[in-house]
Amino acid sequence: MHDKSAHAARHRVPPTGFIRKYIFSTDHKVIGEQYYGLALAAVFIGMVLSWIMRIHLAWPAAAIPGMQLLSKNGAPGGVLTPEYYLQLMTMHGTIMVFFVLTTAPLAGFGNYFLPIQVGAEDMPFPRLNMLSFWVTFGAFLVAIAAFFVPQGPPLSGWTAYAPLSALGEVAGPGQGTGQVLWAVSIAIFCVGQLLGTLNFISATLDMRCQGMGLMRLPLTVWAWFITACISLTAFAVLMPACILLVLDHVAGTSFFVPSNLVVNDQLQPHAGGSTLLWQHLFWFFGHPEVYIAIVPAMGIVSHVLITNMRRPLLSHKAIIYSMVAIAFLSYMVYGHHMFVSGMNPYSSIAFSLPTLAITIPSTIMVLIWIGSLYGSKLRINTASLFALGFISMFVSGGITGFFLAQPSLDIMLHATYFVVGHFHLVMAVAALFGIFAGTYFWFPKVTGRMMNETLGKVHFWFTFVGAYCIFMPFHYLGMAGNVRRYQAFVDDFMAPLMPVHKFITIAALITGAAQLIFLYNLIHSRFWGELAPQNPWEGTSLEWSIPSPPPFDNFAGKLPVVYHDPYQYDIEGATNDYVMQDSPASINSVRGEK
Amino acid sequence: MSQSDLTMGTHLSVPERSSPFAMPSKKLAMWLFLIADAATFATCLVAYGFLRNGSLNWPTPFKFFPTVVNTMVMTFILVTSSLTMALGVRAAKMGDQDAAYRWTMLTAAGGSIFVLLHVHEWMDLIDEGVRLSRNPWGNALFGASFFTITGLHLIHVMAGIVVLIVVGLRCRGGRCDAGDVEITGLYWHFVNLVWMFVVPLVYLLNVSK
Repeated sequence: MHDKSAHAARHRVPPTGFIRKYIFSTDHKVIGEQYYGLALAAVFIGMVLSWIMRIHLAWPAAAIPGMQLLSKNGAPGGVLTPEYYLQLMTMHGTIMVFFVLTTAPLAGFGNYFLPIQVGAEDMPFPRLNMLSFWVTFGAFLVAIAAFFVPQGPPLSGWTAYAPLSALGEVAGPGQGTGQVLWAVSIAIFCVGQLLGTLNFISATLDMRCQGMGLMRLPLTVWAWFITACISLTAFAVLMPACILLVLDHVAGTSFFVPSNLVVNDQLQPHAGGSTLLWQHLFWFFGHPEVYIAIVPAMGIVSHVLITNMRRPLLSHKAIIYSMVAIAFLSYMVYGHHMFVSGMNPYSSIAFSLPTLAITIPSTIMVLIWIGSLYGSKLRINTASLFALGFISMFVSGGITGFFLAQPSLDIMLHATYFVVGHFHLVMAVAALFGIFAGTYFWFPKVTGRMMNETLGKVHFWFTFVGAYCIFMPFHYLGMAGNVRRYQAFVDDFMAPLMPVHKFITIAALITGAAQLIFLYNLIHSRFWGELAPQNPWEGTSLEWSIPSPPPFDNFAGKLPVVYHDPYQYDIEGATNDYVMQDSPASINSVRGEK
Repeated sequence: MSQSDLTMGTHLSVPERSSPFAMPSKKLAMWLFLIADAATFATCLVAYGFLRNGSLNWPTPFKFFPTVVNTMVMTFILVTSSLTMALGVRAAKMGDQDAAYRWTMLTAAGGSIFVLLHVHEWMDLIDEGVRLSRNPWGNALFGASFFTITGLHLIHVMAGIVVLIVVGLRCRGGRCDAGDVEITGLYWHFVNLVWMFVVPLVYLLNVSK
């Protein structure tokens, strides 16, 4: 309760002890790095899980060395049981969606750069911010703990569909303790995100420095702000849903279990609940969550592209309004996840229309990016390559969204690999490309050292080609009728598709291994990279007017004054071709329009 | 006006430092929290409505006496505590620390009576055999949704009482922060507003015909 108001001058003293400086730090930059580190650890766990799943899918009888150490029952002799495959799938989805795609783009980059880009010395509530990270970290530990309880993690998928998720041990291994740990972990995670969200929105509205009008905010700040507005209400719905799920387990309630349900030849004692209720509550959160992952990447990619194109986008405002439209519509489309759930078919039409409508702002953004790129002298570096890669992935994955938005087509495709390919490309890989673009772009600012560009480009091409090799065939598999959530396809009509599965697995192993280049580059450049100048990419936003790495309170006790719109590139008569946001007002910022 | 100002469109080169929303960060954060909290309560109430509509044997066991009478008394106390809260906020803003202390403590007292009446009601229902997992009258989800929704609200009231006491005691110590009293008031009014949804949906709809 001691946070002073945003406008009071703060004279903060940097902490000196190791713990206050690096562990329980209230500095938004340290918290941003902690979130990024958490996402990095989580993404490697999630990636190894996907490797194990892919190897098992391609060679179902193969013994994977060391697996029996993870679970004696789940992988006797190293060969996955069908149940354990699903348990690993659940954890892959949970870790990737919650602890990577939510933490890195918003909480990681946002925490680090939002206060700097709005011209503030910190978030308005630094202690809540610290708490936000440690609560999220606690949630991560609880989720990981599910691996180490006797029956292992839950097998109900990251969506935890009821009644499978609500019945307990009788529904399968991991559905008892593992599922409770899952629900508790996600409920804690929601609290952590709420605390972060309060900071993001307040900082954007209240902490802007003198001259920083709303339309002068860089697109990254707009993206984080809009994302925070989405997550404010999305997580507030998921949290009570998870609590109701826990009550079904521990208090004998039946919110999500219908009457007279027989599972494994046992009549369940529950009565009166609804399985559909869980899907409604979950997807009311779940669809906005997709945009929580992708909207920050849209901001980062715009920021990176503008800097490297040396000119602003065709329309600054259209990008902002499109992101707002996406955020607004994201709450009205969630039913498109439920076309095959048994929901009233009339509801499907009601959800199909906004789903098709949400492609309009997405298309506007893509057209603006591509139209702005047309004829520009793009500086090719790893960051801009990943930004281009983002657009490619977003379009390739988004195109199939037009198909899936229509119930008549979705009913055919929903339970197949087509959907898996769709959401991996448009949400997961595209968001990861945004994270990579941000990492290569801002690494010099965060560490004061440059990343190795050659290794970066090698990493890009492996990842770009690899991602298509993995996820494009998913679409073919889906159209051929290959069902999802199965652990093997050897003895039935899908057996002829096995060569495609083997190809995907090999591509996944190579693409995954290529991420070690990134990890090496990250660690090596952190300590031995070439020293970075203050403004290596000749950017205009406020993070480039302070030293690399930034000092403790960002602006050395003196808040900046902003005189210019963001992205003043291609300026006639400027010393360079650009004008920084805090350059003196006397500097001409008229674009050299041809 | 320099040329750069002209390119900025309508707004001046250096707008005022004060936020266009003219709201301190703490107050803004409380409003944001209330939006999230409203979504949480809405989730529970919508889930309750969903299950209740889908049920063939939803019980309506509540009688005018004691349940409705008790609820009316509880509502009256809660609404009155909103009044005392508003008076406390006004006193704090006028710098009358003693009055602010008295009003916030009176508000906390009102909240405490509400909690006592509520717990008493819960004990009666538990005596009648209502549990989270079952009840003597019909659909087992009656007890589950009743205790979940009123329990969530009860936790909010109890948390509010603790905050009121902390904020009030600081007023007595002469370290009153009018802003803190105000955002506590925001929270308190919100919790009371939620009760206005709980009463018709959870109590009055379940009164026996």
